[in-house]
Order: sequence, then C-alpha cells, then structure tokens
Amino acid sequence: MSRLRRSMLFVPGNNPGMIRDAHIYGSDSIMFDLEDSVSINEKDAARYLVYKALTSLKYGKKELVVRINALDTRLGIDDLEAIVRAQPHVIRLPKTETAQDVIDCEREIERIEREIGMPVGTTGMMAAIESAKGVLNAYDIARSSKRLIGIALGAEDYVTDLKTTRSPEGIELLFARSMIVNAARAAGIAALDTVYSDVNNEEGFRAEAELIKKLGFDGKSVINPRQIQPLHDVFNPSEKDIAKALAIMEAIKEAESRGSGVISLNGKMIDKPVVERARYMLERAEAAATIPIEEV
Amino acid sequence: MQIVTMGVAGTMESSDIIVRIEPNDKQEINLTIESTVMQQFGKQIDRVIRKTLEDLGVTSAIVSVVDKGALDCTIAARVSCAAYRAAQRSDYVWNGGTR
Amino acid sequence: MSFNIENIPHYNEIHAAHGTYNENDIPAKRTATLVERQRNQNKVLPSLEDAIRFTGLKDGMTISFHHHFRNGDYVINMVMDVIARMGFKNLVLAASSLTDIHEPLIEHIRNGVITHIETSGLRGKLADEISHGLMDFPVVFRSHGGRAAAIETNELHIDIAFLGAPSCDPYGNANGYNRDDDTGSCCGSLGYAKLDAIKADKCIIITDHIVPFPNAPFGIPESQVDCVVKVDSVGDPKGIMSGATRYTKNPKELLIAKTAADVIEASGYFYDGFSMQMGSGGASLATARYLRDKMIQKNIKCRFALGGITGQIVSMHEEGLVQKILDVQSFDLIAANSLKNNRFHQQIDASYYASYVNRGSAVNQLDFVILSALEIDTDFNVNVLTGSDGIIRGAIGGHPDTAAGASLSVVVAPLLRGRIPCVVDKVNTIVTPGRTVDVVVTDQGVAVNPARPEIKQRLIDAGIQVFTIEQLKERAERIVGVPEPIQYTDKIVGVVMYRNNTVIDVIRQVKETTL
Repeated sequence: MSRLRRSMLFVPGNNPGMIRDAHIYGSDSIMFDLEDSVSINEKDAARYLVYKALTSLKYGKKELVVRINALDTRLGIDDLEAIVRAQPHVIRLPKTETAQDVIDCEREIERIEREIGMPVGTTGMMAAIESAKGVLNAYDIARSSKRLIGIALGAEDYVTDLKTTRSPEGIELLFARSMIVNAARAAGIAALDTVYSDVNNEEGFRAEAELIKKLGFDGKSVINPRQIQPLHDVFNPSEKDIAKALAIMEAIKEAESRGSGVISLNGKMIDKPVVERARYMLERAEAAATIPIEEV
Repeated sequence: MQIVTMGVAGTMESSDIIVRIEPNDKQEINLTIESTVMQQFGKQIDRVIRKTLEDLGVTSAIVSVVDKGALDCTIAARVSCAAYRAAQRSDYVWNGGTR
Repeated sequence: MSFNIENIPHYNEIHAAHGTYNENDIPAKRTATLVERQRNQNKVLPSLEDAIRFTGLKDGMTISFHHHFRNGDYVINMVMDVIARMGFKNLVLAASSLTDIHEPLIEHIRNGVITHIETSGLRGKLADEISHGLMDFPVVFRSHGGRAAAIETNELHIDIAFLGAPSCDPYGNANGYNRDDDTGSCCGSLGYAKLDAIKADKCIIITDHIVPFPNAPFGIPESQVDCVVKVDSVGDPKGIMSGATRYTKNPKELLIAKTAADVIEASGYFYDGFSMQMGSGGASLATARYLRDKMIQKNIKCRFALGGITGQIVSMHEEGLVQKILDVQSFDLIAANSLKNNRFHQQIDASYYASYVNRGSAVNQLDFVILSALEIDTDFNVNVLTGSDGIIRGAIGGHPDTAAGASLSVVVAPLLRGRIPCVVDKVNTIVTPGRTVDVVVTDQGVAVNPARPEIKQRLIDAGIQVFTIEQLKERAERIVGVPEPIQYTDKIVGVVMYRNNTVIDVIRQVKETTL
C-alpha cells in the first residue's frame, strides 16, 4: 500500500510543546522546520531540539520530515550533520532551483551516511520549489535523485518572485501547481501543495483543498492542526466513490469468471484507466480507514 | 568543555525550559532549579541536567534553569545548546539516532 | 356579636383559628399611592451595618453567599469587612463557591472572624494558604447537589443569607438580569442563591440597582427577603461574565471535543429527544459545536440542556435544536439575556438541579454529560479539586451530581498538561467516584469503564479506537516519565463530601519540599 501524504503538519523547530504533541492530530506526515519559522539566532537551539526529539520521542508510523536550511550557508550543512544522524524518513530541501541543488544536498547526505555506517540511500529527500526558475526546472528536479519521494510548492517565495501576491482563488499559482504535479507524475513521485495561511478561513481552505485535489496533488502542508481533518475529508474517497470502485472490481471479477476480456458495467465498457483509478481509490480508502492511534 | 561566557538557551513557554550557564570559579557544577513540576520531577530534572553536562565534558559551571514542564529531551537539548553557546564553540557532536 | 366561638362545633379542632375578629387588631387603611409607598414604606436599609444589626447576627452563626458573580464578586469581601469591623467572631462561612477574588478572607480567618468554611471550591491565594494549613477546622467541600441537600434538610442551617443581586425592587424581588438601560452587573440565573433565600432564617439582598416594584420576573421573591441594602457596586461586570463564551481555538481541545462528540454519537444516547449537559472548560464546551453539526446532519433535536448555560446552548435553542433550557447558572451575557427573553429558558435552583434528597432533580433526567477533569485514575475516579502539586485549585461544582445522574458521563481531559499526566494511578483527591464515570476522552485515546461493556462495543462498532485506562496511563508515562508522589503532612485541611454528604476523601496539608 502506498503511503498516504494527504497532510504534512508543519511544526516550528524551536517549539517544544508543539514538537511533543505533533503526532496526536492525525496528519500523515510531520515536518519539523529548521528554516523559516526559526529566527537566525535560534538555529542552533532548534537543531538541538529537533535532533533530541527525533532520537528520543516516538512518533509511531508517521512519516517524519525535517526541513533544513538551504545549503548556500553553513547552516544547511550543520543541519544535515545533525539531522541525518537522527534518521528522519525525509529531509526537505528548501528553495530548490535546479537539479544540481538536489545533487549537492544528496552528496552531503551520502557522505554522512557513509561516515556513520548507515546504508547509503536510507535518508529520503523532498525538494520544495519556491521560485520561477525552480518551477521551470520542475521535471529535472523531480528526477534528479532516487531519494526524492516528492516535490512541493512553496508559494510565498514563489509569488514574490513572480512579482504578484496570493489571491483567494489562487489563479497566480495555477501554472506552478500544474508544472509541479506534472513533473512529479512524470517522475513517479508525490506532489505536495503549499500551505494555506489564513487558519480561520475554513471555507477558503476547503476550496483550496478541493482545487489541488482536482489538479492531482497527493496532499498539502498544513500550518495548524485544525486544518488536518477538513483536508482529509476532501481527500478521502466518498462513500459513493467507494461504492462505484467496488462495483467496478465486481465487474472485473465477473468478466474474468466468464473468461471475457471485455469488462462492462451498467452497459458501459470499462477500460484500463478506469480500472486503475478504481484500484487507486480503494487503496486510498483502505489506507485512510486503517490509520489507528499508534502505540507509542 | 570550558565555559568562557554566559550562554542562555530556551524560553519561558509552557513545556520549555530556559537554561543559563556561566563560568564558575570553582571546579564544580553549581545548579539551581526552579520548576512548575518541582515536586513530581525535580530530581529527574536535576539528573538530566547533570548527565548532559557530564556528557559534554562540562565540569565547572554555574547553571540556573527555570523549567515549565519540559520533557527530558527538551532539557538535554537546551542544556547542550546553552553549553555550546557558553563555551563559544560550534564543533557539535551528534551521536546518532536510535530510530 | 351574633355568635360565640365557644358554641361552634369542633372549634378546637379547626386548624389555624385565632379567636374572634377584633377590628382593633387590623392596621389602619393605607391611602398612599404605590409610588409613595415604595418611597416611604419599604425594606431598604441605609447600610450593611444596619442590615446586619436588623437581622441579628451573633458570634458563631452561619452566613451564606452565592457565587454567581464568579471572579467579579464584591459582595463577600464587602460584607465580611463590615462584619469584622463590627467585631463578630467565630462565624461559619457557607458559600456556594469561592474563587481568586476572595483572597481578603485570609485576614478574617487569621483574626478569628471566620473559623469554618463550607464551599464547592477554592482558588488562588486563599486556596494556597488553606492547603498550607491556614485553618484549624478543615474546609468542607460539597457538590452543588450535596450543598442543596444539606441546606434543605437543615443539616446545614443558614442563619443569615447575604445575597447579591444585579437588580432588586424596594421589597426584595431580586433577579440576575433585569438591567434594561445600563451596562452594570448582570449574572443571569440566581440558581445557587434561590435555595439560600428560602431556607435561611434571615435573608438580605444586596444590590446596586433598585428598580420599581415589582421586579418581575424575579429569581428571588420578596416573600423570602427580610431587607435590602443598596451599595455602589456588587461586582465587576468583566469578572462576572464575558459577553459571549467563545469556542476554544486550541487545537488540542478541539481534537478532544470532536472525539467526545463522536463518542456521544456512537454511544446510543444521541437520539431525537435526548438531554445533555456540558461542563465548563474549553473542550467540554466545544463539544456542543460538533454535536450541533451532527444534530443538523441527522435531523435530531435535544429535549433539554441543563446546567451552566452558555451562548452556544442559547443559539442552539434559538435555532430550534434545543427545545428547553434549565439554567442554574448563566455563563455569559447571551445566556443571561436569553433567560430574560426566551420563554423556554427556565431558571432553576440548586436543589431542583442536583439534590439527591428532594422529590426529583433534573440531573436524573440527563442522557449524557460532558465533564472536565484535572486527574483521572485507573479506577476512573476523577479529581477536579486539587492540582497535581496537591494544592487546592478548583471546585467540585455539579461534577459528581451530573456524573451520577446522567446515563452516560464522559470525562474529557488532555492526556498531559505540560509534563503532568492527567491519567494516573491514583488521583490526589477523589471527587467523583469511578463507578459513575463511563468514558474518558483524551487527545491520545478513549477509554471506557469496564462496567459499561455495551458502550465499549458501540464505540468499537462505530470505528472509534478504545484503549484501557491503564494503556492511557502508560502512554502518558512513556512520554513524560513517572512523577514522584506529592508529599503531605498528616494534617487534614479539607473534607470532600460526596453528593449524599458522606466523606469520600480528605485533603491533607502539602509538605514544603526541597530538592
């Protein structure tokens, strides 16, 4: 079963209370942030805190992600030295503009993995694309490393780069979102959407979640735990969807028992993409239904 | 690790601890703890701080902390950070994970 | 006289017969207008001192107060200052509850003015001092229902009740809300004062707003009032209540509330015509919001909501989702105004709310109640009175009454408060016994009392993951470690009464500890 990535909860790296509670809200992934949510004077403190949390707290089966600082300063390397050793599932590289950015980061990760005798390739990566250049290079970035589990849009920096601002409808992000989701699919990895910052606008959040789901994204970063449930509600298959997918599976079985290669449901022929979508739908539904509160 | 100046790390937020480490004339750890959970966890906080300092090789320091219910891992992180700041060093040692 | 009462057959057996009519016994005909009478012949006394003298306070008597003004209350401190100045000693202070603002009582205790306290709760500096051994006579803590029972059986005899009221007429008709044109104090229901007015030997209404007779509808009728005193202010409106209770935005409390609503929905007690009570506290209040969505979704209505009432319950009432409101205590201005304006928003007294000895109380008609907790132990016992450090910082309220009365009691709490686990081996103080607690909902899992296997099964069938209470405790300890027990001395500083006024636990003086 493929890992669900409907929601990635953003946790400021210098906030012990949020770090402690990050696992209780039911997000699919937790992203501890060492970058923008941490002031420049507290980078060392946040790094220590996240490192200690990862090496001593239990987060069950959640996917653990750490967003490091960009490698263009010493901070990024310092982060990697600590965090690779703490073994999160994924390291998220911010402000990725080219495939070379990913390759440079991967080289450092590999060096550290070798230094500590960890199997090379253990640490996953994710690249956040946050500039016009990055968007145009999306496909190159997406296939730049086997470690990449996904690429993500970082909209705040991106709209600044575009010389525009974010609108409620998000028309200014349409191209970037389409590029990223297309690049991710072409490379066979996950596509993750940016955060929605107005936590009190539940309707706006839901509309954006509907939009990005329609575009093909796997999920979205969230900055407040309150956004997780509505996001999952949008992403989880509806009962109607599930019933339809189950009917399709029935039809396949029935066709197989007849020894027929032609599958039809309610008089309509069902072709391969429809079957694939139905399978994918059921897989999601099953994954979503069987997420327990993990033993810690 | 030689403490050469005052180093502070942490905040006064709930579940955090603020740690101040200063040079000490004497070859000893002079530790004062103030905590919202003193009765229940005072001894444990004391143990974690001393163990963290020992692991860092800090043997002489005046350490004062105000704890707001931090977990052991938070205490260790704040003490380590404050110690490096107080030693004006950045040659961090990461011992690796257990995950 | 055309008759002689001696000749009336069975005259001696007629009850309430006081001899032959005599015109001289009858007061002279009064000819003043209503307005003149109110001015000249009324129960208003010029000062508290006069009222205290008039009602005959003596050393050693029991005086009572209500807590509808919460942390904005000026009445208790004001009255006690006058009483102390007048030189009285050795009084029993029987308040429905006490809070932070009553810190000045410490001096009156030290000076021997007050020697014994009865209350639902204590907070702040006063609670702290008492926890550290301020009083020789332990404070007696009763639930709202237990206090009502003690008063109505006269086991707790009140000599004089000093009852603050936001409005009152010159004859003593008092209520908590009748303030049409000003922004003064307002508290809504006078539920905890009503019984004191009925049962006290003497009843003084203290108000800062005298209105023309009759101050109807009233919470306390003049027939129960001996005198009225006007003061500058009975309380700080900001401390008495907020404009509107806001739903919490704390994600953890919302998570707990949502889970609690899911539990209710699956429990079998969420059906068309159900009854409910929400305790105070962010998570329990927020549960109403999720229940509202479910009620609309399933097209079911609540027959009545009981207890402390908030604007949220009122808006559900006004939407037609809650048919009737039984209000012993109004938590915000919206609730107070609703009590005034909505016909099916009924003011009730503490006995009607929760007493176990009267002929029927509303808690017994509850389907479910959502209650907060400071601590829950693995026997499901709940503590709402003492903090994790053993110091008194809470109030029993209607906790044990509603838990006992409701068919389903759901206790909500975070698994951890900072580093302190809320699910523990043994609570510091038992307030509500585990046998009346059915479900515990935390942010990190739900546990069902083994005495209710059918509830457990219904939750599981609805896809809610159920843990044992021990699992929740272990989970908490794995995160924060095992706390060391609080050290106490042998001195008993508080006695905790269960709602039937048997002693369920005692509170001991905390020991000063050093590392």
